[in-house]
Formats: sequence, C-alpha cells, structure tokens
Amino acid sequence: MTHRWGMAVDLDRCTGCSACVTACHAENNIPTVGPAEAATGRAMHWLRIERYVEGEFPDVQVKFRPVLCQQCDQAPCEPVCPTYASHHTDEGLNAQVYNRCFGTRYCANACFYNVRFFNFYNPVWDKPLHLQLNPDVSVREAGVMEKCTFCVQRINAGKIDAKAEQRELKDGELKPACVQTCTANALVFGDLNDPESAVSRLSRSARGSKLLEDMGAQPKITYLQKEVWHDSSNG
Amino acid sequence: MTRATANRITEDLLRPLLQTTWKFYAGVTVLGIMVLIGLSTWAYQMYNGLGVTGDNWPVFWGFHETNFVFWIGISHAGTLISAILRMVNATWRRPVTRCAEAITAFALMIGALFPLIHLGRPWYAWWLFPIPWPLFDSRGLWPNYRSPLTWDFFAINTYLTSSLLFLFLPMIPDFAVIRDRTVGLRRKIYGLLALGWEGTPKQWHRLESAMHIMAIAIIPVAVSVHTIVSFDFSMAMVPMWHSTIFGPYFVAGAIFSGIAALLIAMAILRKVLHIEQYLQPIHFQNLGKLLFTMSLLWGYFVFNERLTTWYGNAPHEIPALTATQSGEYAPLFWTMVFCNFILPFPFLAIRKLRTITGTVIASCGVVVGMWLERYLIIVPSLAHKQLEYSWGTYSPRWPEITIFAGSIAAMVLLYTLFSKFVPIISIWELKVGEHKEIKAAEAVQAAEAAGELV
Repeated sequence: MTHRWGMAVDLDRCTGCSACVTACHAENNIPTVGPAEAATGRAMHWLRIERYVEGEFPDVQVKFRPVLCQQCDQAPCEPVCPTYASHHTDEGLNAQVYNRCFGTRYCANACFYNVRFFNFYNPVWDKPLHLQLNPDVSVREAGVMEKCTFCVQRINAGKIDAKAEQRELKDGELKPACVQTCTANALVFGDLNDPESAVSRLSRSARGSKLLEDMGAQPKITYLQKEVWHDSSNG
Repeated sequence: MTRATANRITEDLLRPLLQTTWKFYAGVTVLGIMVLIGLSTWAYQMYNGLGVTGDNWPVFWGFHETNFVFWIGISHAGTLISAILRMVNATWRRPVTRCAEAITAFALMIGALFPLIHLGRPWYAWWLFPIPWPLFDSRGLWPNYRSPLTWDFFAINTYLTSSLLFLFLPMIPDFAVIRDRTVGLRRKIYGLLALGWEGTPKQWHRLESAMHIMAIAIIPVAVSVHTIVSFDFSMAMVPMWHSTIFGPYFVAGAIFSGIAALLIAMAILRKVLHIEQYLQPIHFQNLGKLLFTMSLLWGYFVFNERLTTWYGNAPHEIPALTATQSGEYAPLFWTMVFCNFILPFPFLAIRKLRTITGTVIASCGVVVGMWLERYLIIVPSLAHKQLEYSWGTYSPRWPEITIFAGSIAAMVLLYTLFSKFVPIISIWELKVGEHKEIKAAEAVQAAEAAGELV
C-alpha cells in the first residue's frame, strides 16, 4: 500500500520555543538571509511559528501555531507551475523539483498559506554554519523556489533501510527534523493511510481542524485546538 | 484623383524616409543609450538575483508584472482597432491604421520581454517550448498545459505572429513604391520586402482577401490574449483576483489604454513628421469618442468589481479591498480614478474640448491611470492574502524603475526607427480613399448633369 504522509500539530503542547524552526534550517540547508533582508520580508523559514496574543493584561493568552507546507491534496501551487517543478507525488507530497524551477513565483502567489520561499540571492551561511551543510539535501541557487518537503530525504532513506531489512516501515520510525526536535511532542508525523498510526488517530480527534479548511485545498496537516485551560473573568 | 494629388501624397509620406535631420540622429542616440541602460540593469539583476528588486515574501510580483500587463494592454491599440475599423469599413481609418498596428507590434515585443525579465532563471525560459524529446530537451518534459503562464506563452506568441503579419501585409504595395523611387542598396532591400509586387489585379485581389481574412481572424486572437493575461490572476485564489469579471475587464482596460497610446503617438507623429494634413482633428475627434466609450466601460467594470466585493463582505477579500479604497494604497487608487475617469470626462464628452490637445491630455491621464490600475490589481492583493500573519508590503527599487524607463525608451526608439524606414501612413490606402471620394463626386456630377438628381 502506498503511503500518504501527514502531520498532526497539537497546539495545546506547542510552547513556541522555535526549536523546530532551527532544526528545519539545519536539516534542509536553508540559507540565513541576515537581519536586513529578513526585515524586508525575505527570511526563509519553511516552518514558522505564528504568534497570536489574545485578551487584555492580566488575562492574556498567547497562542502559537507552527505553519509549514500543508501538503495539500488539491494544492493550488501545483497546476499553476508551467514547468512541473511543483508537482504531486504518489505519496501525496507537494514536491518541488529545484532543477525544473525557473522562478515564475506563481506557485507562491497561488499558495494561500504563504509557505513557499524564493531564493532572491545565491545562498550564504554565516560562519561557521557553512560547515554543517546536510549532504543529503541539495543547495538551491538564486531564482529558485523552495518549500517544506516533509524531509523527503529522511522518508526515502527510511524506506530504503526498511527494504534492505525486508520489513515494513514502523509507525513513528520516520521523523522530519521538526518532529524529531520538538521537545513537547507537539508535532506528530506518519502515514495517514494506516488507520492505526498515531497521526491518523490524532487527525480524527474532535479537537482537530485544518488551516483555512474552507478554501478547499484539502491539507494533510491537522491542528489540534487548544483546550480552554483557565477561567477568564467573563466566563 | 489627379496625378498631382497622388504625387503630393507620395512625396509627403516618403519625405521622412528620404530626408534625415540631425534631430533624428540625436534622438536615436539618446533613446539608444536609455535602452542600453535598461538592458544593463537587467543584466545586473540576472547576475545578482531578483533580490535587487523590491519583490519579497509575500508580494512575489510587483513592478515587472505590472509592466508586463501594461505593455500587453497598450498593444491592444493597434491591431484590434485597425481590424474593427477595417471590418466596418470606416473610411476615416485610412491614415490611422498603420500607426496603430505598429504600436501593437512593438508594445507586444516589449511586453513579452517582461515575463522573461521577471523570471528567477530566465536562461531556462525555452522550457516553455514543447520540444519533442530527445531533440533538444533532455528533461523529456512538455510544458504544463494546466498553467495559465503556459497559456500566456502561446497566446502572446500567436498574437505577436499574427500582428506582425497584419502589419506587414498592407505594407507590401508601399514597399514597392519605395523600391521604384530609390536606387542602390535601398532599392534592393525594399525590393526584397515588396515580395515582387507589380500591382497586377491578381495581386491586388490576393492582398485584399488576405487582409480581410487577417482582420477577421485577429479580433478573437486579440480578445483572447488579454483574457488569458487576466487568467494569470483570476485563476489563483488570491483575494480580489479570483473574479469572473477579470476577462472582459482586462480586455476593456487594454483597449482603453491602447487607444490612449495611439492618440499620443499620432499627436507626436503629425508634429515631428509634418503630416498635419493627413492626421487631422477629425481623427482625434473620432478616436476621442472611442476613448470616451472605453472610459465609461472601464468605470462600469471597476464599479461592478468593487461593489460586489464590498457587499459580499467575504472575510478574505475585504482586507485587500480596504487597503486600496481607504488604506495604504488609497492615494494611488484615487489617482487612478482621477486619471482614468474624472480627467478624461470633460475633454472627451464635450465636443468643444475634444480637440487634439484635449484628447492628448485625456490620453496621458489614461496611460498613467491604467498603469496604476495594473499595479493596484497585483500588489495590494498579494500583500493581503488569507493569513493575516503573512501580510506584507511592497515598494519598487531602482532596478525595476530603470528597466521600466528603458522599456519606454525602447518603445519610442522602435517607433522612431519604424517611421524612418516605413511610411507611417499607408500610401496606397490613402490614395484608394481619395480615389473613391473623387469617383463619388464624379458620379454625383454625372447624375446631376443627366438630370437624375434635383
């Protein structure tokens, strides 16, 4: 049976520590653009933590929402690419083939989650970050679009290992860098085609919802809403 | 038509080709330098990456895409207007058609450059051609026919090819006239371009039918091109983009800005080339009326688009609407309304003001206003997409502005060179017109003489 990779994000567990963001940068050779460029909106965080502050002091509630590529089944980014750089894999991933991309940036406009990033310049890493590049992930040149891949290099390596050992992949065996790093276990990754996998069970939770679900892109990331954890004065 | 009139027309219209002043050389030099600066800036942008532009996350499209739509819009002046005027056999069209068709050809060439300029890796743009594997393309991939950008590529190429044909066909007899009046290298070149034109009845018949077919065929092509350009936006679920009105709205806007550009070009041409007696106030009057119609139509479309969005009150749409109506982009929006509607209204609606100066003032407003319209379609929407957290802003940087200035210079330069090497008014069509008028007058005289008319 083919896999269908998905993720569940428990907003009740997320502390907003941003370790996942750092892990993602390190794993996927994502360039750091520096403070000046970041200020003009060119930071490339495949995974970002959105912060929402609700209420008035002292009754303040902060919500964190990690937003990454939602790996939509009906992805708006895919049909608009004239060169098939952005396309759908058999395992339901929204793949981005860097070598096919010539940088129309149409996919980024079509994506309403704004989780696609453009290499405005050739990548640079502040020293000593240049010494820790991941050899399993290609480095992208200027003019190319990039985005979260669910750490496809880890998925492929895991499948090869399992095949060599002549066994099925175990649930929880594959972990994208963000999932591996999350100290609070807020992120759960797995196969949605396996009804008993942790991610499938969490995706069926009553707390679950999809981001911008009404847009109809059928994302494969389920957000588990925060339980009400305190009494506010207005009940 | 007397032989004297025919000679005068030929002399007048060939004069710019045969006499060159220092002003021409000076103008071409200045424009050429500006174009070179634009091209160098593009090279600079390619070398460094698109980071030198103002594009950012989430406003991935800005100045370059605005210019793309702007120039493709301007290109709707010519071919469409000239084809319609030919079809309805409007006799006043004769001195206007070639000026218009030339605008189409050059605006389209420049417009088609902008999708290349905006690419992250423009050297791979040839991937849009469906090249059979394994001829050249080792990827073994066709272009993605589901992408509006691929539709764009084919639509613009079709339009460019047919516009060039449409421009070239009626030039053949004129090339023959020049061939017969020149010597040496010039005679050879124009002889080649005239394709062996001898003016036999058979050749005339073939030319007329070819032009008739082209005039009919090119109208749907022109309409489809700007509809497909609008699809670049309306196919994406971006607030204020995903709208059914965009097709006709863009076509109307394109014709609108096209007529304005044509009026400005005609006003300059008649002064510079001293052809005041051929491009007369009547032509500006008539095109002014057409411009007025398009201004009203444009206003109607904008009103429809804005009102339905506001009344519908969809949560994802409203921020983009508010940003243009009353927010960050409101000064630009109301400037656009002023330039496209309020300013042209008196100059075009009141007959006394619909003079050459009046229509040119209105046209300048329209060209500026229509550029702003495209900017306001692209930027505020991308800056206000569905997730509030990822809202952004955009302002252009010098490379984008320089490339835009270079593209304007390129348009003027191409037009100047064209009017230097080709009679900007169709000599033979003008003569046919004069001939018909005289024939008609003669017929009336003959009828009067025979006592048939009282």
